[in-house]
Amino acid sequence: MDVWSGLSLGFGNALTLTNMGWALLGCFLGTAIGVLPGIGPALTIALLLPITFQVSATGAFILFCGVFYGAMYGGSTTSILLNTPGESGSIITALEGAKMARHGRAGPALYTAAIGSFIAGTIGTLGISFLGPVVVDLALQLGPAEYFSLMILCFVTVSAVLGGSALRGLAALGLGLILGLIGIDLQTGQPRMTFGVTELLDGTDVVLVAVALFAVGEALFLAWRHHDAKQQVLEVGRLAMSKEDWKRSIGPWFRGAALGFPFGVMPAGGTEMPTMLSYYFERKLVRPKYRHEFGTTGAIEGVAGPEAANNAAAAGILVPMLTLGLPTSATAAIMLSAFQSYGIQPGPMLFTTQAELVWTLIASLYIANVMLVVLNLPLVGLWARILKIPTPQLYAGILVFATIGTYGISNSVVDLVILYTLGIIAMFMRRFDFPTAPVVIGMILGPMAENAMRQALTISQGDWTTFITRPVSVCILALAVIALLGPRLWGLFARRRGLVP
Amino acid sequence: MSDIAGRTGWLKPGAGPDLAVGICVVLLGALCLWQASVIPTTPLYAQVGPKFVPYLVGGLVMVIGGGLTLSALRGGWSAEMEEVRDAPPTNWRALGLVGAGLLANLVLIDWLGFVIAATVQFVLVAAGFGSRRPGRDLLIGLAVTLGAFLAFDKLLGVNIGAGILEGIL
Repeated sequence: MDVWSGLSLGFGNALTLTNMGWALLGCFLGTAIGVLPGIGPALTIALLLPITFQVSATGAFILFCGVFYGAMYGGSTTSILLNTPGESGSIITALEGAKMARHGRAGPALYTAAIGSFIAGTIGTLGISFLGPVVVDLALQLGPAEYFSLMILCFVTVSAVLGGSALRGLAALGLGLILGLIGIDLQTGQPRMTFGVTELLDGTDVVLVAVALFAVGEALFLAWRHHDAKQQVLEVGRLAMSKEDWKRSIGPWFRGAALGFPFGVMPAGGTEMPTMLSYYFERKLVRPKYRHEFGTTGAIEGVAGPEAANNAAAAGILVPMLTLGLPTSATAAIMLSAFQSYGIQPGPMLFTTQAELVWTLIASLYIANVMLVVLNLPLVGLWARILKIPTPQLYAGILVFATIGTYGISNSVVDLVILYTLGIIAMFMRRFDFPTAPVVIGMILGPMAENAMRQALTISQGDWTTFITRPVSVCILALAVIALLGPRLWGLFARRRGLVP
Repeated sequence: MSDIAGRTGWLKPGAGPDLAVGICVVLLGALCLWQASVIPTTPLYAQVGPKFVPYLVGGLVMVIGGGLTLSALRGGWSAEMEEVRDAPPTNWRALGLVGAGLLANLVLIDWLGFVIAATVQFVLVAAGFGSRRPGRDLLIGLAVTLGAFLAFDKLLGVNIGAGILEGIL
């Protein structure tokens, strides 16, 4: 199916009342949880996973994607009004956005963030529509050996390339892989890693792991460091941009989108890196007249660029997820597990076997973007009020949802014990600067990688060299090695040469 | 631990906790290897049996743990982090109350049902995070848990089990 017939099919489906309803619900929920610090799209989608037993795959995925996009919009509101990022992609927005708000310019900051998110989200969605089928065509040529290599590359980039330290990222990935191994081996029927506990035979549930990492661990960590301090929510003021603001925002919007989308598509994933780069560029490119505003009264370019970048990156993340079945962020990994619960095999076949689902989903992304920009600005007062929920009740409430989400899996106290154990581990991971996303990605992608490896070896009749004799596979593996060792070797070389002290 | 080490000088001050983390990761790898070794040998023929990947992952995690241990012995990483250096002291009261809330939920949920157990948890967690009005929290908690129960039970179709209040609803 080509792009145009795909899109017309998609819009035809997405514009029904039910599907628009799912999109609206997702956008609303997503914005709300994006605004709330301490709860993000990964946790929300994990808690919503039971919905996959109730409604059609199309409805559920429209809801999930609405949450995913909405969280990107909502995160900026928190960054600007509270000076605390609501979402990891909005960390940079807090730099200039909160300064603008403190100088009475919260209105223009929120406005440029919303319009920038809309433009970048739409560009990103266009990117998905046109790049997706191209990637699928390429991906259909790949065999299990290439897939396995691609997954190894994905493991390396999400754990070792991003974040503070390769070792800590890989350790987090290892924990995820171990969690993914728990349960019955599908090929041979043998129980693995169960410690003889019957409840573990079914494997660990992704809901449980996501809730432990993102809710319980987070709450425990905050309690550990808790001190009573009132956070002040800054005033919104007048919601309008002057002509000058528009002129200053347009460049950063498009540059941010152009920077964000490719970063999202690449297996490195994540929204932090492109937002950081966008901020850096805008700081360099700003007209001299406004340079002094950076870091002092807050420059609108520093909000417009990064906000566009994080939305475009969020859209980009959906490309490897929909075309290759490769999750490059925790949220994408959880969405991938939703595909599995529908019995849908994620991967390049998705565009052919589930064409209607995929294109309806893509069309809904366009619709969600429009809904979000309409929803965001007029309702900013509501979002600001959500920010005023005091910390004690907010975290107590998050833990209520954590409990119900976990206990609801099988009404078993064993699940709660596992939840709290993993939550304590997650608390220490926060303290010692271990990233949490690789845990979720390792847990979901690990079993898929093992499966691909076994298939490849069955085809090659047990010949391990299949991974390095097939040209595409060896190239991907070489990339993984470069991504893992390159930065360190370069550092060593630079130090030898005395380039860096 | 870090004080003793700092005095004797074989470990940089502040690197003690990092060393403990490194050792924990090594132990995690060892745990994985042990569990891999007890996987029953499969009667089915397979190019790669069920044991291979567990052994591989366990081995890699041990190597990574070794790397972390080494990096701790060389001075560690977390003591230099801004977030750790400027962190307020451990708030035992908050941590204790939140922990008590989770524990109370664990003990009560099978017995009294989700709504009551989670409401108790709500009050304790809110108190842990500095709320001083337990009576008001009780009411808010009841509203939140009832809302969560209705949303999950009726909308998402999740079975939350039977409890005293759930039976009435």
